[in-house]
Amino acid sequence: MNLLLLIGLPLLTAVGVLLSRNTQQVRSIAFAGSALQLILALALIYFFQKERAAGAVAQMLFEQNYALFPSLNINFHIGVDGIAVSMILLTALVVLAGVLVSWNVEKMTKEFYFLLILLAMGAYGFFISLDLFVLFFFLEIAVIPKYLLIGTWGSGKKEYSANKLALMLMTGSSLVIVGILGMYFGNGEHKSFDIIQLSQAGISPAVQKLFFPFLFIGFGIFTALFPFHTWVPDGHSSAPTAGSMFLAGISMKLGGYGCLRVATYLMPQGAQEYSSWIIVLSSIAILYGAFATMMQWDLKYMNAYSSISHCGFVLLGIGMLTKTAITGAVMQMVSHGLMTALFFAVIGMIYERTHTRQINEMGGLMKVMPFTMTVLFIAGLCSLGLPGFSGFVAEMTVFMGSWQNADAFHRIATIIACMSIVVTAVYILRAIGQVAMGPIKETYAGLSDASWNEKLAAIILIIGIVAIGVAPFLLNDLIKPGAEIIMNKISGK
Amino acid sequence: MPNAINIALIPLLPLAGFLLLGLFGKKIFKNSAGIIGTLILLISAGLAIYTAYGYFFDYGKVNDVYQKLIPLKYTWLEFSKDVSIDMGIILDPISAMMIVVVTFVSLMVHIYSLGYMKGEERYSTYYAYLSLFTFSMLGLVLSSNIFQIYIFWELVGVSSFLLIGFYYDRPSAVAASKKAFIVTRFADLGFLIGILVLSFYSGTLDFNTLIQKLTSPESSELKTAIASSFLGVSALTWGLTLVFIGGAGKSAMFPLHIWLPDAMEGPTPVSALIHAATMVVAGVYLVARLFPVFALSAPDALSIVANVGAISALFAAIIACTQTDIKRVLAYSTMSQIGYMMFALGVSKYGGEDGLGYTASMFHLFTHAMFKALLFLGAGAVIHYVHSNDMKDMGGLRKHLPITHITFLLACLSIAGFPLLAGFFSKEEILLAAYQHNAVIYWIALITSGLTAFYMFRLYFSIFWNKAYHAHGEHHGDGGVAMMLPLLLLAAGAVFAGYIPFGHFVSTDGKPLESEFHLSFSIAPVALGLIGILTAMWLYKNENEKPAKLAASLSGLYKSAYHKFYIDELYLFVTKKVLFNLVARPAAWFDKTVVDGLVNFTGNTTQDISERIKGIQSGKVQQYAIYFLVSAVVLALLFIYVWKG
Amino acid sequence: MMQPGLYHLLFISAALFFIGVYGFLTRRNLITMLMSVELILNSVNLNFIAFNKYVWPQRLDGVFFTVFVIAIAAAEAAVAIAIIINLYRSHQSIDVENAEELKY
Repeated sequence: MNLLLLIGLPLLTAVGVLLSRNTQQVRSIAFAGSALQLILALALIYFFQKERAAGAVAQMLFEQNYALFPSLNINFHIGVDGIAVSMILLTALVVLAGVLVSWNVEKMTKEFYFLLILLAMGAYGFFISLDLFVLFFFLEIAVIPKYLLIGTWGSGKKEYSANKLALMLMTGSSLVIVGILGMYFGNGEHKSFDIIQLSQAGISPAVQKLFFPFLFIGFGIFTALFPFHTWVPDGHSSAPTAGSMFLAGISMKLGGYGCLRVATYLMPQGAQEYSSWIIVLSSIAILYGAFATMMQWDLKYMNAYSSISHCGFVLLGIGMLTKTAITGAVMQMVSHGLMTALFFAVIGMIYERTHTRQINEMGGLMKVMPFTMTVLFIAGLCSLGLPGFSGFVAEMTVFMGSWQNADAFHRIATIIACMSIVVTAVYILRAIGQVAMGPIKETYAGLSDASWNEKLAAIILIIGIVAIGVAPFLLNDLIKPGAEIIMNKISGK
Repeated sequence: MPNAINIALIPLLPLAGFLLLGLFGKKIFKNSAGIIGTLILLISAGLAIYTAYGYFFDYGKVNDVYQKLIPLKYTWLEFSKDVSIDMGIILDPISAMMIVVVTFVSLMVHIYSLGYMKGEERYSTYYAYLSLFTFSMLGLVLSSNIFQIYIFWELVGVSSFLLIGFYYDRPSAVAASKKAFIVTRFADLGFLIGILVLSFYSGTLDFNTLIQKLTSPESSELKTAIASSFLGVSALTWGLTLVFIGGAGKSAMFPLHIWLPDAMEGPTPVSALIHAATMVVAGVYLVARLFPVFALSAPDALSIVANVGAISALFAAIIACTQTDIKRVLAYSTMSQIGYMMFALGVSKYGGEDGLGYTASMFHLFTHAMFKALLFLGAGAVIHYVHSNDMKDMGGLRKHLPITHITFLLACLSIAGFPLLAGFFSKEEILLAAYQHNAVIYWIALITSGLTAFYMFRLYFSIFWNKAYHAHGEHHGDGGVAMMLPLLLLAAGAVFAGYIPFGHFVSTDGKPLESEFHLSFSIAPVALGLIGILTAMWLYKNENEKPAKLAASLSGLYKSAYHKFYIDELYLFVTKKVLFNLVARPAAWFDKTVVDGLVNFTGNTTQDISERIKGIQSGKVQQYAIYFLVSAVVLALLFIYVWKG
Repeated sequence: MMQPGLYHLLFISAALFFIGVYGFLTRRNLITMLMSVELILNSVNLNFIAFNKYVWPQRLDGVFFTVFVIAIAAAEAAVAIAIIINLYRSHQSIDVENAEELKY
């Protein structure tokens, strides 16, 4: 399968959106484009597994390599492994759902959809890149539209949030580019941006120790590494619904993927050197994020803070440096992406009807909007790690992987992470109990339930969540070989 | 050999029912949901009985020993070669017994609800939830993998949450459902860490392998697990104790019991199914499932089980004597009876005659399911009639509800250990096991059995005798066939279940256990039971001042028992005051001011500095020219005199 | 007749340069400032020619550069005058003090 399709289709869609004449056309083109993209992502999984089953042993499949700037050894090198494939599927699901929930955006619809699709293209490009220069290029494409999305279509103190988000993410990017250049020049005689080449060559331990923090913190900012997480609550709460979905569902995953693929994989000794720091910071993020969530009364703030807690599991899994934990980290990325996108979608649906996001101003909405509230239930239950949904599988995999480190430090970190499942249950049930249950407030008695596009968006995401939750072996089989390669590199085999 | 598909269908049929009713119930099966759910469960129950029959009488026994069969195993999530979560089915005496109990009681509740829940707005949702619960509970008892049991453990937790909060527009129901979920979730944290510990030391998650590795004295896994210790206690004891904490949470053992009384906010049939007969005994079942490891390798953990069980039994019995909400009385009685089962396991040893406690515990679980479900369903009929939960609103109902009255009486006699009824046999066995192994627990158990008789008959007399009942509103008597049939069937169980020679089927090592009966031993408990019944009769048969006087004379004890020994308040203090105000609030504050403050500080400082130096950019061309000129001159001088060459 | 030496020319060119700088910094009239710029440029031209003649008489680089500078100066004058005219249209003045909107 030709991977160029994955970035070509969004590009075409984006151009199509720009050329279309009216809102109706914009919507249909965006919808058709993202639906096709989902089909493409599913086909990619099918062909990928088929190749693997047929005995393809290469680390990356469907590779293509074009010289982009030969004198500096920059190549347009793309290819995917199981980890990238699962992230692409996540992106495709979230994008389609995001396009559907934005159906009623009236203000500058064309530009809105253009930016959404552009952002998606950045994410696809990021996940398939095997050249750090190209990867960085796509990372930036995925950042800038967010500033405009929040600044233009946002709500609340949107300028502040947009600035904060853009500045913090740009800080992250600048650290990343320093780290990338460090690797480029630290790779001895053979300067290279190519992930495969860099991984084979082996960067000297001194360089790794110096530049690992740059890359890890840089990507960590994207995935809400404590204490660089404060863009998350403000950014999410000010963004329009689809913006929040993309931000939490895709952008934060760019960071996690980068931490894994670029920082940890290319600089394994650096990762070992700093793993205890990663574990400390991520355990803090997990429990502290969960406790901070308890005090949030705005639904979006609540979900944003819980994202900090949940993304802590991603970093914890990476920091634990065992195969199972890394597999769990990737699973958690997929799971959290779907779950939190669903959560933001449903918050958007509620907000559109009640015009408030304050938890204690709502009550008993189950009576008037049973579908929406059921979706809220499902998102909540997935968030608190109920079996049958993806969150459980991912968290348990992280726990099992973490526990394999036999010393007290790792044990305590794991127990701290486990404790968050109780705290999560507290804030999720409190929110659900207040919003969905209890006697209904009179002002809300006339509200209508979700419309077809919202229902479709929710169902798409729920299918993803439940499929992973019920048949985790599908995802596990996809991710595991990739995680194994990374792990072998770390353990020096 | 067992037919794996048949057995798999036992839980899967209710799952199908849940999906069918959950997805299409509101529109398509609005009125037929109950019938569909009941029929599905009827098939499931039939398969369960067929399976159990086949296991006990046909293929289960090899060389006179009941085997643990794994007819089905499917790798669900593989962590490494040996460690994986499998979805499997285990068939051994206790799981075969449990599927019968679960499907039978669930079927009774399904039928009963046809009458009880009729006309309810969310009728189909109710049946969907019931099916979900039945599926989860069956999956739990059939689990062949410790992680699988955890998965279904959580699922029964959420079904219980959904059903307690079924009347979601009542704030008390919402609060109760949240409380139930969070308290059990807290206990599950222990369970989860326990699983991690056990799996780490045994290198597997599979029950059979795990038990084998952690019990055979030669195995290296066992040696490491005992040798490595934390705070002076071996890792194995830690692991099992943590797993037991999970069990204690689900089984409402002291001090994790606080959710159970509140859980009575759910519809009464649900209380009968989940909070009396099935889900709350999951903890007992879990300990029984891991019993060989407890008994052979970690006797310390087992003694914790025994002590917690005994304390809970007595503690709950005392509280039950003071409560006035009939469902709460039953809830505390459930807790007390589960305490019985727990300490019976706790005092038991592995193998032969010494394993009597294990058999007795399972036996009591079986009979308790019958009479406690019956009591709840009877209470449901009463509540249905008087529209109140409070025993002060009741009295003299024996003429109004004749069938309910008779069946309720039988159940009360059975739980009080009246000779020749089901409860008598199982309770005697438990007492005997306690007598043989632990004197203190024996005395606690004996006192509790007297108290049990007292509070059950206090309940019975207050509902059916005492003052005369003046019916108002509509009169519908006992309710329809749908409600009476389960009562009668369960009453038959409560009377005759005791005659099953349980030791023949369920024992620690699978070999039949001949339990002999000592008439002389039974004298004490039966006498105590009778004293309890007679005291209750003296106090509550007719309306009088005696109970109030008694309460006044015992004011301190009565008051604290009435307030459930202030455990709820203690929890509220810890969660609200300590966790909420001392942890969560500072965390949020820290995030807002310190972490976010730093970010804003960086931004603001940058802005400040640029504010200060922006005057340089004055817009005056000639000023710029001077800057340029001066800088050029300075640079030139520097190049000439400082940076030479 | 006495030929002027290199130092004579350099002195004149330096004098021209500083007169230009002085004019550029002190005059408020844009046209005068433009003229000052021309003076500066021409002082540079003079330098080029002088060095060309006295240091490397056999080469023509200095002359070429001078021609370049003259051409650029012509273009610059055209652009500058265009700007000044536009400024006059919008401000009714060609005082440089009035054209200071382009600040922080």
